[in-house]
This record gives sequence, structure tokens and C-alpha cells, in this order.
Amino acid sequence: MSKQATIRSTSDDRAFDAIVYAIAAVIMIIVLYPLIFIVSASFSDPARTLNGEVWLLPKSVTLDAYTNILHNEKIWTGYRNTILYTAVGTFINIIMTILAAYPLSRPDLPGRKVMMVIITLTMFFSGGLIPTYLLVKELGMVDTMWSLIVPGAIATYNLIVMRTYFQASIPWELQEAAHMDGCSNWRLLLNIILPLSKPILAVMVLFYAVGHWNSFFNALIYIRDEALHPLQLVLREILMISQSDAVDSTVGLEDKILLAESIKYAVIIVSSLPVLMMYPFVQRHFVKGVMIGSIKG
Amino acid sequence: MKSVQADATAALPRSHTGRGNRLLRQMGKRYDLYLMLLLPMVWYLVFHYGPLYGLQIAFKNFNPAKGIVGSSWEGFAHFERFFDSYYFWRLLWNTVSINLFSLLIAFPIPILLALIISEIRSKTFSKWLQNITYIPHFISVVVMVGILTVFLSPKTGPVNILIEAFGGTPIRFLEEAGWFKTIFIGSNIWQNMGWQSIIYIAALSGVNPQLYEAAKMDGATRLRRIWHVSLPGIVPVIVILLILDIGHFMNIGFEKILLLQNNLNLESSDVISTFVYTTGILKGEYSYTAAIGLFNSVINLMLLLLVNRFARKTAETSLW
Repeated sequence: MSKQATIRSTSDDRAFDAIVYAIAAVIMIIVLYPLIFIVSASFSDPARTLNGEVWLLPKSVTLDAYTNILHNEKIWTGYRNTILYTAVGTFINIIMTILAAYPLSRPDLPGRKVMMVIITLTMFFSGGLIPTYLLVKELGMVDTMWSLIVPGAIATYNLIVMRTYFQASIPWELQEAAHMDGCSNWRLLLNIILPLSKPILAVMVLFYAVGHWNSFFNALIYIRDEALHPLQLVLREILMISQSDAVDSTVGLEDKILLAESIKYAVIIVSSLPVLMMYPFVQRHFVKGVMIGSIKG
Repeated sequence: MKSVQADATAALPRSHTGRGNRLLRQMGKRYDLYLMLLLPMVWYLVFHYGPLYGLQIAFKNFNPAKGIVGSSWEGFAHFERFFDSYYFWRLLWNTVSINLFSLLIAFPIPILLALIISEIRSKTFSKWLQNITYIPHFISVVVMVGILTVFLSPKTGPVNILIEAFGGTPIRFLEEAGWFKTIFIGSNIWQNMGWQSIIYIAALSGVNPQLYEAAKMDGATRLRRIWHVSLPGIVPVIVILLILDIGHFMNIGFEKILLLQNNLNLESSDVISTFVYTTGILKGEYSYTAAIGLFNSVINLMLLLLVNRFARKTAETSLW
């Protein structure tokens, strides 16, 4: 009897495994295929891509699209600006988040509950787009990089994650002992807390940096000067606005459209490369960040 | 002795004796912690509570020359204008339906993905699957919409080339109102299912293995073990994420909708948040759109409170 049962359950098991693996494989293909296609298309002769000849591997490999991008002033300006905004923005994000998260993680700080409420409330109710826009305008930040950095200086969610980390991962006894030895709070933060918090700091740098790299909306409303446009705004222009369904088939125009289309794939690669390149190295940290966040703060 | 202490506590606000004094000493000793907090708290006041104060323009006729305080009061005129407008129901329906469909279709998928990942026996394969499904999360909105434009382009996009190869007629996906929601939600799933599954995977790994053993002993098949052990084990996490999702129910995907929007699909892509952008920032009707934004936020907050309360009663899990 029992022998029969185990036999049945193993064959059930095998069928179950087969279904699980089949679904997993389908998901993997759905996620990967568009990515592979973009890479292949960016290296292919545009005419063959647009005719539908590229399916998996590049056809008539060429670097034309990439050399074309190399000569595109706008993309370079955008790249430079985005690197600057990301570096300065992330630096300010980290400083501000630490300055808020550490004191609020201290169980011996009177008033921290009230301050936490003041901070957490902002996650659920905000003034909205228009009052924020008017405020930033009033402060004279329009058309400066500060409009992209200062209004988002702290992400409340990140603050809560960092505070949770300080509370959960750094023994309170250690901090008390340091105080006994006459260590000031600033020195405690700089010499003991931060060195012990490298994993969470890495996560925060990554979260904030990716956020800056990918953001476009603030630049859309605050930056009018084209010389200050970040990469994402330049991308938007190339990928979406110039899509101009100019189906007019004058010969010269046909070539132009062809080139414009082929550039798109390469532009997608070039703009996403920095984030995707660091991805394999930092993916573990990202996941850790989400996990820490999921411990209720 | 005891009563003296109680008196001192009762008199705390007026005289600085007893506990009040100790509190002040405690605060004084930690003045440097308050110093650290100074900049962030000022920032919160200016950039979060400042706009809340500025929201009063929703009830005023904001005139940039007169400033927020100097502009004249209008009462609920802007709200009335919005409710009476011909586009009110269209905006409300699009906003609610896009988010409702997202919730119904896109919300369960990361849960299913996490269950599949946890059922894969080969550790290497499951790691690969996880790491690959995370990748699209890091693509920017602009690039995501760029990919959609390129793939769905009527003449040159691979999707339409495929349709034509099978004898169909090309579809102008991005210019047909009927396709908008499908494209929006479908691409959201593609981009985020992997990333959103992380929390569920973590929760699943926290389920007590003895429960699985016990279920196995009782002769439960793997499907039944998923149903009776895995799922109940992650219900609290599911509820919390559901509440959080509803917490920005009215604002989901604003940037992507804006980028995907064009005159031809406006009928199903026009939502409250994009309307506030185009009418407020582009056309300068600040007071009117601040009122619309406030309407949006209030509905959102009410939904959140409602769901949170409901969850506390039925699932005994809640945000607060």
C-alpha cells in the first residue's frame, strides 16, 4: 500500500516538476527575448532590421548606429549632465538620509516618535504636483540642477529602511559603551556606525543613483535650457518625438528615417549600459535592500 | 513620596521640576543629535509641508503677482467646475480602471512567480531565473516607452512584421485607444514582476519547513502544499503590499502614461495626473489643477484608510 503511494507521488512529482520548469522557461524567454532583440538589432544593418530579417542574432553586423551616436552632440551633453546630476544628487541624498536616519534610530532621543510621524505622514498625503512646482519656482531653482536634486533630497522609504538597519544591525550596547568612553555622537556616527553600515550604504547609493540616472519628469518641468538637459530628456526626443510618421518616401528622407530608426536600438543600449553593467556586481545588494525594507519599519 | 512624584509629573508643563527637568537634561545632552536632524527636518517642512500649505490655492484664484497669500478666495468654485466638466467622468474612469485592472492582473503575477521560483529544485536554475527577471526593472521609463514605440511601430516594428507574416493587417497599437490599457499593464508586468517577487521569495523562505513535512506526511500533493502551507505563510506580506499599492492607487505609472499618451489614444489614456500636468504646468491654470490634484489625493487617502481598516479587521494585518 504505502509503496504504491510513494510511487504515485513521485510520478505526480515528476509531472509537477515538468510543469514548473516549462512555465519558468517561458517566463525566461518572455523577459530575455526583447532584450536580446534590442542588442542584435543595434548591431545590424538597419535596412535588414526594419525588413524583419533580424530574429535572434545580428544580420550584416555593423557599428554604424554607434558611430552615429558618437557624433551626436546632444547625447554627449545629456550624458555629461546626467553623470553630474547623479553624482551630486546621490551625494546629497546619502548625507541627508544618514543625518535623518541615525538620530531617529536612537531609542534614547526624546521626541523621535513625533518626528517619525511628521516624516511618515508625507508618504501618504502630499501637496501634489502644482504646489510643489510653484514652490520650486519661487525658490528660483528652475533651470538649475538644484531643481532636480533638492526637492528629492530624501526618499522617505529609504530613510525608513536605513533607520531600520541602524536599529536592527548595530548593537545598542556598543553605542552605550562608546558613550561611556566619552565619544561624542558625531564621532560615534562617523567612526563606529557608518563603518558598520557599509552594506546598507551601498544599497542606498545604488537606489538613489539609479533613480537619478533614470528620472526624467523633474527635468521635463524644471529644465528648459537644452544645454542642461539630462540624458533621459534627450532620449525622449530621439525615441519618441522624432518618431514622426513621415511616411513620405522621398529617397533622401527614406534614408534619414532608416538611420533614425536604427539609431534607436543603439541609443537604448548606450543609455542603459551604465546601470546594466553594474547590475551583475550589485544585484545581491539590491535584493538585500528590498529585504531590509520588508522588515516592517 | 509617591504622591509627590505624581504631582510633579502633573505639573510638568508649567514648572521644570522632576521629570520635566530630566527630559530637558536628556535633550540637552543629546543636542548634537538634534543638530543632525536640523537640516532634514527643515527640508521636510519646506518641501513636504510647504506644498501642503500652498494647497490653499485650490480654494483661491491664484495670481502669481499677488502670491499665494495675497490671492482672493474662491471657495469651491474650482471643484465645481471640475465636477461639471465634460471630461470629469472620462478622467475618473480612466484613472480608476487603469489602476483597478493593474491591481487585478499585475498584482498576483509576482506572487505566482515567487511560488514557481521556490518550487524549482535546481538552485542554479532558480537563481538564473531570478536574476534575469530582475533586469527589466532597471530600465528607465523613457527607455521602456522607447522600446514599446520601436517594437510596436506599424511599419517597422517586429510585432507588426510578425502579424503581417501571418497574413494579418498591421495594428497601430500606440494610436488606438482600445490597446492603451493592455499595453500599459502588459509592459508593467514585463518590467516589474521579477523585482516585485523578491519580497515574496523572502517571505516564502521564512515559512517553517516542518509545516511542509507535516503536510507531506498527511499525503498532501505539492499543489496542495502550496495552497495550504506556502500561501497562508505569505498572506501577511501580500496584505501589506496590497495596502501599499492602494496607498498610491490614483498615481500609479503617471510618468509612463504621460509618455505613452498621444492625441489618438487620449480617450483611454487621459488620467487625472496627466491632466493636471498638461493643464496646470503647460497651460498655467494653477488653482484649477491644484484643486483637481487635491481631489485626487483625498480619494487616495480615503481608499488607503478604508483598505487598512478592512485588512486589520479581516486579515489582522495592517500598516498601523
